[in-house]
Amino acid sequence: MPHKTFLAFIWPSLLAMVLFIAVPIISVAYQSLFIEHEKVLISTENCGPFGCKTEVTLDVDAMRQLRQDQPMGRYNGLNTYTNSTHLAFSDINEIFRSSANFDEIRDRIMNLPFYKALIFTLSYTFIVAPLVIVVGFVIAVVVNSLPQMMKGPVIFFSLLPMIVTPLVGALVLYWMIDSRGIIGAGLQSLFGDPNLSLKASPTLTWVTLFVYGVWHNAPFSFVVFYAGLQTVPADTLESAMVDGANRWERIRFVTVPYLLPLATFIALMQLMDNFRVFEPIIGFSAAASATSLSYLIYNDLRASDSPLFGSAAATSMLTIVGVIILLLPVLRRNWREFNRKT
Amino acid sequence: MKFTVKSTVAACALMASAGMSWADCGIESGSVRILSNDFSALHAVSEWAAKCANGSVEVTSNATAEHKNIQVPALTTNPATYTVAVVASNSIIPLLTDDLIRPLDEYVAKWGGQLQENQLIRINGKIMAIAFMANAQHLFYRDDILAENGIEVPTTFDELFAAADKLRAAGLMDSPITSAYKPGWDLAAEFVNAYLGTGNEFFVPGSAELAIDNADGMKVLETMKQMTTYMGTDWATYDTNSIKPIWEAGDAALSISWGSRAGAYIGADNPSPEIAAHTSFAASPTVGSTPGGALWWDGFTIAKNISDEDAEASFRAMMNGVSAEMMAENTDMAVWLIGGYEPAKAASGVIANVNGGARPYPMEPYMGLLHTALGNNLIEYLQGSESAEQAMADISSAYTTAAKEAGYLN
Repeated sequence: MPHKTFLAFIWPSLLAMVLFIAVPIISVAYQSLFIEHEKVLISTENCGPFGCKTEVTLDVDAMRQLRQDQPMGRYNGLNTYTNSTHLAFSDINEIFRSSANFDEIRDRIMNLPFYKALIFTLSYTFIVAPLVIVVGFVIAVVVNSLPQMMKGPVIFFSLLPMIVTPLVGALVLYWMIDSRGIIGAGLQSLFGDPNLSLKASPTLTWVTLFVYGVWHNAPFSFVVFYAGLQTVPADTLESAMVDGANRWERIRFVTVPYLLPLATFIALMQLMDNFRVFEPIIGFSAAASATSLSYLIYNDLRASDSPLFGSAAATSMLTIVGVIILLLPVLRRNWREFNRKT
Repeated sequence: MKFTVKSTVAACALMASAGMSWADCGIESGSVRILSNDFSALHAVSEWAAKCANGSVEVTSNATAEHKNIQVPALTTNPATYTVAVVASNSIIPLLTDDLIRPLDEYVAKWGGQLQENQLIRINGKIMAIAFMANAQHLFYRDDILAENGIEVPTTFDELFAAADKLRAAGLMDSPITSAYKPGWDLAAEFVNAYLGTGNEFFVPGSAELAIDNADGMKVLETMKQMTTYMGTDWATYDTNSIKPIWEAGDAALSISWGSRAGAYIGADNPSPEIAAHTSFAASPTVGSTPGGALWWDGFTIAKNISDEDAEASFRAMMNGVSAEMMAENTDMAVWLIGGYEPAKAASGVIANVNGGARPYPMEPYMGLLHTALGNNLIEYLQGSESAEQAMADISSAYTTAAKEAGYLN
């Protein structure tokens, strides 16, 4: 394709990408370098229904002037990235200096908010993504071998978890696993332990979130694999049958290699999606045991009365860096294949 | 002729709205746009303010639990999206620090004759908000169960735990206590409540430096941990909404919850009337000397970035919203601060807190940062995976980092 034609086709998407992806990212990156102005505080006498009290309040007039002069706030460089709620370099130095052994170092680093969130985010990503691929593939193969008249309804039900809004799906499951809910109470009587609670123990909470993640994402990989299965060449399968391959061997040696590029695609999407895990943590009220990077951003912006924009921006940038690192191997492989073809 | 047509239209409009009570608030014109939290007492106030609407006065209201998150952006625009922001002790702070609300002294002098002195929220001498109801967390108890087991109404946490032990020993219930211990805002509020009861201060006076790492702070942490042993296994997911059904199922006999919910616990439409009939209220138990339940007020503020005409209309409409007539129709909905209020049973807990000398929720501008830090860092200690000292260190580190970013600390 001549460059001119290519450009004519691509410019609308390029424009949209610049406007809706590049510009916001640049603005967030810029925001992350600033913190708020030093507050001018004064002691005032405040009164209300419960009496009067001398309290510290903000000198609003002085602050207005400061804000007008420098609307972005104070330049802070990369200090927000390295403070205790993000990469915590000085805390980690201190931990290495004062810890007795490796276990202590690990425990203390895992107690820092950013690393605590990172470890859950990574565990979620690397446990859910492969399981989604496997489960989706199995469902696709099973559905593909069903009689024609049953396929429609089965496909519809298999897709339900993806159709349900993530937060609603999480809430429905959350109530079901309550110790008074059907799953929670069922597990209690199954194990004969009236104190068993999926919500109480951090480990079980993690397992619950992983299961939810697979439940919610499997339909996506199922749809992709199912579409791919329709294109597996019938003559190759038939010749394999003639050669005496059983069903398992046909899947193992014909279908799987044929669908491998699709698996790469799903892995790419899943790594990206799962790294941004957020809704289930809210839906399952799981913040006690599991926080993710996205949850940290939400927390900075929404939990406090006044949002910490710089902190949230820094976490966002670190999340973007994380996604890039995660995708590098997959992207490099694609790049190599692309080069080989051309 | 023209005039006749107009008045006919007006008369028709009036007839169409017949049945709606008509209040003449005397406002000539203006637009009143109310933003508030979403619970029944505030609905009542907005409804009564809306009665001031007529051909030239427009009154709209948005009651949403998201009010805290939208109030700052909505009042920053000029003209502001809302003319009235209904706030509480903590949510007024961002409006004050961003200079988004106007002083009300002039309006109070002109149209605030109905107001009592204690309804006026004065910041640095200027009236910035008008309070109309009070709220606090306090003890809910089952008077029948406590009486049958010879238990006095607990006033301290030690007595509360002793009562729970007794109920356990009697084989009545495994987890007799409930309280909102969900990490985040709820859990932090429990710490703040108990710590206020010790009489100690959160900050070094006159500065944003944290001062909770002391014997009282440790005592509060221990007390909270002990609390969890008396609650159901899912306590880390309990919020104010989820503890109500546990109460209604009769699975708990002692609970700490909000005064604004008390009405619903004993209301005639409660799903468990026999439990509702035996639900009573008392002051929050204490760790130290005064009831450990922060006192809150709910009130209204008027936006700065609006025309004086709208501001005036808004203030006068809200005067109708917080009038004695409104209160007469909604006595049970809240602990009103409005003149002539006669407390009902549902208000007894909050009033017990006030009489016991409970302290108000701190209004320092950096309190919100501490609240967030508490909400995120208490749970591991309570679940037993870290020490109280470590929890204190984590809280201090999270607060200090946030306060530095917000410019309160260097």
